[in-house]
Amino acid sequence: MQNIVVRFCGDSGDGMQLTGNMFAQLAAEMGHEISTLPDFPAEIRAPQGTLGGVSAFQVELGKEVYTSGDKADVVVAMNAAALKVCALGSHFNHPQAHFDDDFSLFHRNAILIVDTDSLSDKDLEKAQFHTANPFEELGIPESVQIVPVALTTLTKEALKESGMDNKSVLKCRNMFALGLIYWLFDEPMEKAIHLLEEKFKKKPALVAPNTKVMVDGYNYGQNLALSVNQIHLSAEGGLGHTWKRSVNDSGLGHTRKRSSFTSIAGNKATAWGLIAAAEKAGKRLFLGSYPITPATDILHELAARKDMNVMAIQAEDEIAGVCTAIGAAFAGDLACTSTSGPGLSLKSEAIGLAVMAELPLVVIDVQRGGPSTGLPTKTEQTDLLQALYGRNGECPAVVIAASSSANCFDFAYQACKIALENMTPVILMTDTYLANGTALWRIPKLADLPAIQPQSVPEELKGHYNPAIRDARGVRYWAYPGMEGYEHRNIGLERDAEKGTISTNPENHEQMVLARKHKIEQIADQIPELKVINGQMVNEQMVNKDTLLVGWGSTEGHLHAAANELGCDLAHFNYICPLPKNTREVLSQYKRIIVCELNTGQFASYLRAQFPDLKIEQYNEIQGQPFAVERIVNFVKKS
Amino acid sequence: MEASQFKSDQYVRFCPGCGDHAICMALQKAMAQIGIPTHQVAVISGIGCSSRMPHYLNTYGFNTIHGRGGAIATGVKTSHPELTVWQMSGDGDCLAIGGNHFIHEIRRNVDLNVCMFNNRIYGLTKGQYSPTSPKGFVSKSSPFGTVERPFIPAELVLGARGTFFARTLDVDVPTTVDCMVAAQQHKGCSIVECLVNCVIFNNGTHAWIADREQRAEHSIILKHGEKMIFGANNDKGLAIEIDPQTFVPRLIVVPADDARVLVHDAHQQDPTLHRLLALMGQERNLEVAADVQDELPIALGVIRDVEAPTYDAAVNEQIQNVRASAKAHTFDELTATLEQWS
Repeated sequence: MQNIVVRFCGDSGDGMQLTGNMFAQLAAEMGHEISTLPDFPAEIRAPQGTLGGVSAFQVELGKEVYTSGDKADVVVAMNAAALKVCALGSHFNHPQAHFDDDFSLFHRNAILIVDTDSLSDKDLEKAQFHTANPFEELGIPESVQIVPVALTTLTKEALKESGMDNKSVLKCRNMFALGLIYWLFDEPMEKAIHLLEEKFKKKPALVAPNTKVMVDGYNYGQNLALSVNQIHLSAEGGLGHTWKRSVNDSGLGHTRKRSSFTSIAGNKATAWGLIAAAEKAGKRLFLGSYPITPATDILHELAARKDMNVMAIQAEDEIAGVCTAIGAAFAGDLACTSTSGPGLSLKSEAIGLAVMAELPLVVIDVQRGGPSTGLPTKTEQTDLLQALYGRNGECPAVVIAASSSANCFDFAYQACKIALENMTPVILMTDTYLANGTALWRIPKLADLPAIQPQSVPEELKGHYNPAIRDARGVRYWAYPGMEGYEHRNIGLERDAEKGTISTNPENHEQMVLARKHKIEQIADQIPELKVINGQMVNEQMVNKDTLLVGWGSTEGHLHAAANELGCDLAHFNYICPLPKNTREVLSQYKRIIVCELNTGQFASYLRAQFPDLKIEQYNEIQGQPFAVERIVNFVKKS
Repeated sequence: MEASQFKSDQYVRFCPGCGDHAICMALQKAMAQIGIPTHQVAVISGIGCSSRMPHYLNTYGFNTIHGRGGAIATGVKTSHPELTVWQMSGDGDCLAIGGNHFIHEIRRNVDLNVCMFNNRIYGLTKGQYSPTSPKGFVSKSSPFGTVERPFIPAELVLGARGTFFARTLDVDVPTTVDCMVAAQQHKGCSIVECLVNCVIFNNGTHAWIADREQRAEHSIILKHGEKMIFGANNDKGLAIEIDPQTFVPRLIVVPADDARVLVHDAHQQDPTLHRLLALMGQERNLEVAADVQDELPIALGVIRDVEAPTYDAAVNEQIQNVRASAKAHTFDELTATLEQWS
């Protein structure tokens, strides 16, 4: 069997994220490629057992894993509400809804493990069931293999001699389910136990009971010989799609013969990309930030990395987050700010200041559903136009996007490199899907990463320096406080192109607008050309060589999988402003160009503006969820 | 060092007669007296007349965006505590659009020297009322008079647990220089409220003490360790008494030779007396039509100057402490700590 999608779902308090992460990590350790999707409600704790409180974690594992999967093959449902949400998908609130292939989150032939102890009348009532038989009421097809397990009773049984109180015992239910899933996939218990010990390192008292429950869950599967066959995945060394793409596409080219792997979440990979870049550049990393979902984990990670000499400031607001970073950049640091869409709106004016003052600045936008407060925990690609244009005046900045949880590292690194070498703000776009999802990451060595040479200032300018003097590329020289003989005044006002002082001269303003524009455009010389990904023609009947799927950012995995099914090509963009130099050349080779995005067509409209002569179609979804590969394929086939 | 070393080559563009000219001159003098080399000084400003100041100083300077000078200065100082960082701001920049950054730089006690030019008006946008304009103030944006209650800056600073507050007057250059030097010597967030006259849009706003004939009677220059004495003939002193009915402490004017005359202690941690001193004479700034009979003078000089840990030092110290005991110090050492497999 090649790839399997597993979905853990339960109440917010059931520990589904932990369970799912542990399973994914062990799977990765066993050599499988993984891609994960945590899917949790915005409320920290919605009322227990209700539909609004369902938290889920999905992982696809196997070989050539492009996405976290459209639908699950194996489901663990910890309560009635989770069962309902999983069976009905986004229709869970419709009073008459039944299982429907278009909406259900699992396949017709899925294995469905359900805690039968959590299907009492009270549980069913909380989940808004009207009858005593939830399976019948939901219309779950007979082809779904339902595995009823008395999880709660069995967990209590496992811990009856532990002396723990009832509440603490119930918290271990998820480990019984995890043990059962480990049995299903025939994962080795020794490694699982080791992993559990690692996870509970800071709470040693919890190791023994959780281990006991997990092992009992495993043995339950083995001894009762459930009427389910174990699943055996072929693992081939883990040198899979995920890391290969991350290396090739970022243009970093850090190939190594011997590699080590780990699984990493996108936000952590982003934070570590910044850390690596700072060390490589010989700069101290400064982060000014303010808590905002789903970007906060970047602040958490960097606040914890004082060992790496990172200075991470939790500012009084989003504006102070970017402004403290601008202050640190003015003083010579590698300065960053991390946020999501609403925070990016608040930072707009200050990003304009960094454009005008020509200071290096990395702005990370972990996109979420908008507008306004929108869908804080869901994924979307709706900030692209804001990143490109959301500032007053002619205000160009570099915009790049990561396209996998693992390559968040590479593009965070690239963002720093471009900013420091070109004296410009760089906006790095990721999103909820990448930020919270995990993927297999090939751990690089610093020596193998490309050099970063921050802009500096020639010695001969000592005593004559001003902030308008540029090098041959059009990038201004960087001098900062502490450097003797380079004292100067930087400004957000327009400056004289020669003297660097305030100027309102009309011709000078135009000259400066064009100089700032040119500075961004010349960065196209530093980024890799666009490479087309050829679909692998899963279905030999369908070959669409005239068709090009186009995407950007986090959708790469889904679009790659769709291109494989369609037998067509994919052009996936990580560099958006400036675009790769060969963009027109690539696009113009295809009869059909279909830009697929999780918005109403922002990248499509950007491409149309750049290439008005090309006919550009678009496919869009705006549901706060990643693409479903199946829907993209259907759209292309039918249209 | 000489004041001239701190003058930039830029023509000073404040309006003729503007109080900012005197503050600029005092600042150059103070910087020379302090003697920190120009390349180790960064002057950060927001937007407003006051925020033009960096252009006239031959140090590192950054004239940024409206209200954000405090946040940017916090970034400069925290990332590079070895630098001397000044912030130039006005009553609009600091107390309205930048109010949040202002209270938080004070709360954190970032080691900044903040000159807050208070002319009770928006000058650069040509005459709108500000958060310090008295209630009833008629301006272009309040043609029928404002209905707002103003801030008393000192109260805001003390409310944010400020460690340093001084007040000075544009026309009193020696006191301004003294306050600026003291602000630099203070480790922490030093707020110097500079009362300046806007000759175009709010002429005479500080006339009560700015007029040479009245100044000695209407103001007192506080000096740490010295008796609180004022008046044209130095014949008046300040004492404190408790109202027997309400138990509220209040300052009173007594003869200079009265044994009750207070000695100024700027280093007292308890802000009660500092608050009373800073609020003297402020009622007349609260309403245009204020009918104030109060004989208390307006306090100038360093009112509060107390020690407290600074944010910038604490942040850097914490990093050094963690690094000292950490196992990993480089990226490769960090990745080696990961659970990994080949």
